[in-house]
Amino acid sequence: MNRSRGETLWFWLFAGPAVAGLLAFNVWPMLYSLWLSFCRYEVLAPPEFIGLQNYRYLFTHDPAFWPSVRVTLVFTVANLPLAIAGALGFALLLNQPVRGRGFWRAVFFLPSILPQAAFAVVFGYIFQADGGLLNRALALAGIQGAAWTTSPTWALPVLIVVSLWSFGYPMVIFLAALQDVPRELHEAAHIDGADGWARFRHITLPLISPIIFFNVVMGVIGALKVFDLAYAFSVSQAQPMPGGPARATLFYGLNLYQQAFGFFHLGLASAMAWLLFAFIAALTYVNFRAGRRWVHYGD
Amino acid sequence: MHRRPALASLALYAALGLGAFVMLAPLAWMLLTSLKTYPEILRNPPAWLPARPQWGNYATVLGGFAYYRFFLNSVFVAVMVIAGTILTCCPAAYAFAFYETRFKGLIFGALLSTLMLPAQVTVIPLFRAFAGLGWVDTYLPLIVPAWLGGNVFGIFLLRQFFRTIPRSFLEAARIDGASEWTILWQLVVPMSRPAVLTVAVFTFLWSWNDLFNPLVYLQSESLATLPVGLLYFIARAEQLTGGSFGQVPWHLVMALAAVMVAPVVLVFVLVQRRFVESVASSGVKG
Repeated sequence: MNRSRGETLWFWLFAGPAVAGLLAFNVWPMLYSLWLSFCRYEVLAPPEFIGLQNYRYLFTHDPAFWPSVRVTLVFTVANLPLAIAGALGFALLLNQPVRGRGFWRAVFFLPSILPQAAFAVVFGYIFQADGGLLNRALALAGIQGAAWTTSPTWALPVLIVVSLWSFGYPMVIFLAALQDVPRELHEAAHIDGADGWARFRHITLPLISPIIFFNVVMGVIGALKVFDLAYAFSVSQAQPMPGGPARATLFYGLNLYQQAFGFFHLGLASAMAWLLFAFIAALTYVNFRAGRRWVHYGD
Repeated sequence: MHRRPALASLALYAALGLGAFVMLAPLAWMLLTSLKTYPEILRNPPAWLPARPQWGNYATVLGGFAYYRFFLNSVFVAVMVIAGTILTCCPAAYAFAFYETRFKGLIFGALLSTLMLPAQVTVIPLFRAFAGLGWVDTYLPLIVPAWLGGNVFGIFLLRQFFRTIPRSFLEAARIDGASEWTILWQLVVPMSRPAVLTVAVFTFLWSWNDLFNPLVYLQSESLATLPVGLLYFIARAEQLTGGSFGQVPWHLVMALAAVMVAPVVLVFVLVQRRFVESVASSGVKG
């Protein structure tokens, strides 16, 4: 048998299921939801073409769309710098010659892989106004704690804080990048009299800047994906509607779910899905381009 | 490296210790609460430790309220998803690692780009399609995608590992008359055991932790997996306990949360080194 034709055959036999999955569970749904985004579709009647009305409604009339964008944006802006700083900070500590590095690394990583639903429920209990650990501890110090979980002001900050436990992935990626920074550079600078901060600022930081950028982009995409945490938090606090109180924790992904499976506005939700897709595609493209420009490929 | 002064060393370990304490504190509080009595969780100032650990809380949740069912549902779904992932991702990774054909790069790029997609982007058409097939309120929407190479990250990770195997091994096996299928399962996969294990663990985490998909596709309460079951329990606590607790019985809720968390911690403890290292390499050198 012709060698390359044999290879092609085997390629399709082996990769066929995955390619079928790609078409069935990604490509087709993407195209179909583009069509649905131009339709009025509310389950009972078949989809009916209405042009750009869903998009216009989202931008100008929908009471939930902009609040959900705002929640996601506030979350990203408040959480991401802290999470990146925490991840980089602990990666720098672990990059020191330290005993039991594997143990510390595992402890800091662990919360990142726990089920977000369970995590949200545990923190929902800790932040309870009445009977929660935080307010009881504050009471011991004579401070009256707020109703963290049911206050429109505090609910989102609570989730921002809770998410700070999940910096394991960026931390591990930073740690690997730090270990790739050539030690000779640090030693040479040390001999030249550069102190720790100067070496960090002028050697480490420039060399890991592409990794910082990568982690920031992944963090933004992560914020757009937030669902389990916010949904489980709402339920654990007996909010009548996911994303409460008063849409204070209505993340974009949660809003999309609500529109689709809470209110059966499937056309509208498809328009939201396409806006999300376009945004992520743009972000990924920028990441890729910037990566090519920034990444320092050694020899 | 020059030696650190003792003070700097002390500060380093203090920072690590404090960090570890903060990271683990919520889990510790979950465990402590799960072992308390109801009067103990109401006490103010708080009872830090249970007077006598109430292991019976676990029996109450799992046995008394029959929540062991949700545990078994989660195990069943996870096992089926892991099996499908390994059986379809290994051949796909082999194909992308060793064969040359037209469109290979294009297809691989398309696969990788789906990694960035949140589930919310594709869920509406998929729900409509699964509803049309009569699959809603069954496990099929959770399981079938895994049997069609649904774990793209798995394909990627395995391909990276397979590519480090010298082609001469494959050629030697071919000359001995081994079929491609045999080479894959009897040569390449056994040589890549750590990577296959890592993919299995990733798949387990993804399936076990997932709240979104079960919430969308499962409607009968009896089919719920643990994350959905946990939320049911909170929402129905009053009904389940016959109103014997004035408010949410957090000690029982925490016991159920611990049941959900425990297998993840166990698996992580067993494989953490390899697992963490694969995260690091996939992120940076990908």
